[in-house]
Amino acid sequence: MLKYVIKRVLMGVVALFLVATITFFLMNLVPGGPFEFEKAVNPAARAALEAKYGLDKPLLEQFKNYLSHALSGDFGPSIKQRGREVNDIILTKFAVSARLCGITVIVALVIGIPLGCIAAVRRGKWLDNLIRVFATLGIAIPGFVLCTVCLYFFCISLNLTWLLPLGLATPASYILPVFSLAFYPTSYIARMMRSTMLDTLGQDYVRTAKSKGVANSSVLFKHALRNAILPIVTYLGPMMAFMMTGNFVVEQVYVIPGLGKEFISSIMNRDYTMIMGTTIFLAAILITLNVLVDIAYKIIDPRITLN
Amino acid sequence: MKNPISFHINTEDFLPASKEERQSLVVMRESVSFWQDGFRRLFRNKVAMVSAVVLLLIIVFSFVIPAFYPYRYEQQRKGAEYMAPMRYSQEEHDAIAAGERVFPHILGTDSLGRDYAVRVMVGGRISLIVGIVASAIIFFIGSIYGAVSAFFGGRTDNIMMRIVDIIYTIPDILMIVLIAFALKAPMQELAKKASFAWLNAMGVNLISIFIVFALLYWVGMARIVRSQVLSLKETDFVMAARALGASNGRIIRKHLLTNCIGTLIITTTLQIPISIFTESFLSFLGLGVAAPMPSLGSLASSAINGINSYPYLALSPALLIALIILSFNLLGDGLRDSFDPKLKQG
Repeated sequence: MLKYVIKRVLMGVVALFLVATITFFLMNLVPGGPFEFEKAVNPAARAALEAKYGLDKPLLEQFKNYLSHALSGDFGPSIKQRGREVNDIILTKFAVSARLCGITVIVALVIGIPLGCIAAVRRGKWLDNLIRVFATLGIAIPGFVLCTVCLYFFCISLNLTWLLPLGLATPASYILPVFSLAFYPTSYIARMMRSTMLDTLGQDYVRTAKSKGVANSSVLFKHALRNAILPIVTYLGPMMAFMMTGNFVVEQVYVIPGLGKEFISSIMNRDYTMIMGTTIFLAAILITLNVLVDIAYKIIDPRITLN
Repeated sequence: MKNPISFHINTEDFLPASKEERQSLVVMRESVSFWQDGFRRLFRNKVAMVSAVVLLLIIVFSFVIPAFYPYRYEQQRKGAEYMAPMRYSQEEHDAIAAGERVFPHILGTDSLGRDYAVRVMVGGRISLIVGIVASAIIFFIGSIYGAVSAFFGGRTDNIMMRIVDIIYTIPDILMIVLIAFALKAPMQELAKKASFAWLNAMGVNLISIFIVFALLYWVGMARIVRSQVLSLKETDFVMAARALGASNGRIIRKHLLTNCIGTLIITTTLQIPISIFTESFLSFLGLGVAAPMPSLGSLASSAINGINSYPYLALSPALLIALIILSFNLLGDGLRDSFDPKLKQG
């Protein structure tokens, strides 16, 4: 077990280092540095600016400097947003995105798991077919399509202005972003839950329990659900990655001041330190979560042999 | 009439059997090849067939029809901006009054007076090209990498799979956004040189997207192929091939990869919608194909600000992309049901 944990953690560290390296050198590949303005800048002023941010040193030394700072948790000042630290920006924006994603994960699990169970129990009935149609649609509709349709239907056709999610000020403003973000993972979880539940319901121990006269609900919740729910844990990792992707789009469309929108706008503005900081921060979160999920799965499910 | 009790021998019983008689005694079912069996099952699957027909229609609409269409996707007309579907501009009204026949703008026109129906069709073409080419790249890199890794085994396998694990751990979407952005300008520079003019013809951003897929997306395919080849390489026919002196390359090509063709086809088909998904996502964020070339993602993205007044401009590309992805998903599911030997029943 320890060996596995060490291996996964090491792999995560290597991946994170790779992300940092790739990001750093890609950023320097882009022509037109952060001080490339519409008007020509005075060469002396430009050299002073570059010296201030350490951009005049050789590339490798810049990289070494950056890494040592980043390791101590300091991403430096933002180049485009004067006088603000990258750390501060990331933390304030991340709080918004994290709340949105947290609510979405809970909604997806709370709705997806029961839907999958109902579909499995009512296999072949109209309810099952209905859930399957929804789940298939949910997987096929890209996030931006859903956002567009929601925005049009609810805020323009029905003119429900209180649903407008501008800035996420009121509880009601969370409804549309959470719905748009949760639709895909909910469908995915429902599909997965249905197939694992069907698998489990066909097992011998379920039949044994039934033949002993255990009540139907007890068979379902005590025997089947506990085992069927395990594979859902494996989906948590990919779900986090999806959340981030979805976040870029949802925050863009609904104008939410979160980290996803910040990332895209810092790319458009060529804010070097901001791009690096955000990328490494997001990558660190995702990689950590994935490692944790992998380890948790091995602990929860004793049937998986460790090698 | 012969007497039934007589011991007289009926010589006819001892004649050699005719061909038909012999055939009637064969109890074997007619042999069905892997492909026949799979396609028979696929043709019986209504959902998969309907999605195949829908995809064929979309392919015809996006590759064939724009060539005959009376409007071109980059053709701008003054005085015809933001026309509602099936309306005509003043100029066209005059032409109709003069007795000419004017083709209607089925989906209206956009902010520069370009016919929107043909733009959506061309956008669909970009999506399909991205989906298919990207999947082909993933197919080649992934299958060769996975097969080589499993075939040589031991330390080679170990190192190759660690690389896959690490790439798998890297959050791909972050890298995609970065690479697509970083490659944009250098590629445009490169395309200006005479010998790289073909880059322009294909669209610089399309190439960046393909590079991104080639770098990051093949790992899933490599894992699947590796697990298949690991069990296949222990089979007797591989040993026979080796005994006959076949080279490693030949064994991988002719024996190992051809035997997991079913899995390869299914995984590639299911990869297409994922690639289309990613391309539309990039285009929506403004990192995909460049103007005036339309992509379904960029069409939807540029129309979203005007969704208040011109909802059809945003909804039509959005719905088309959902339809394309849905059809590919359903077709892929159908292929899996019919070609995956593990799911075979009856």
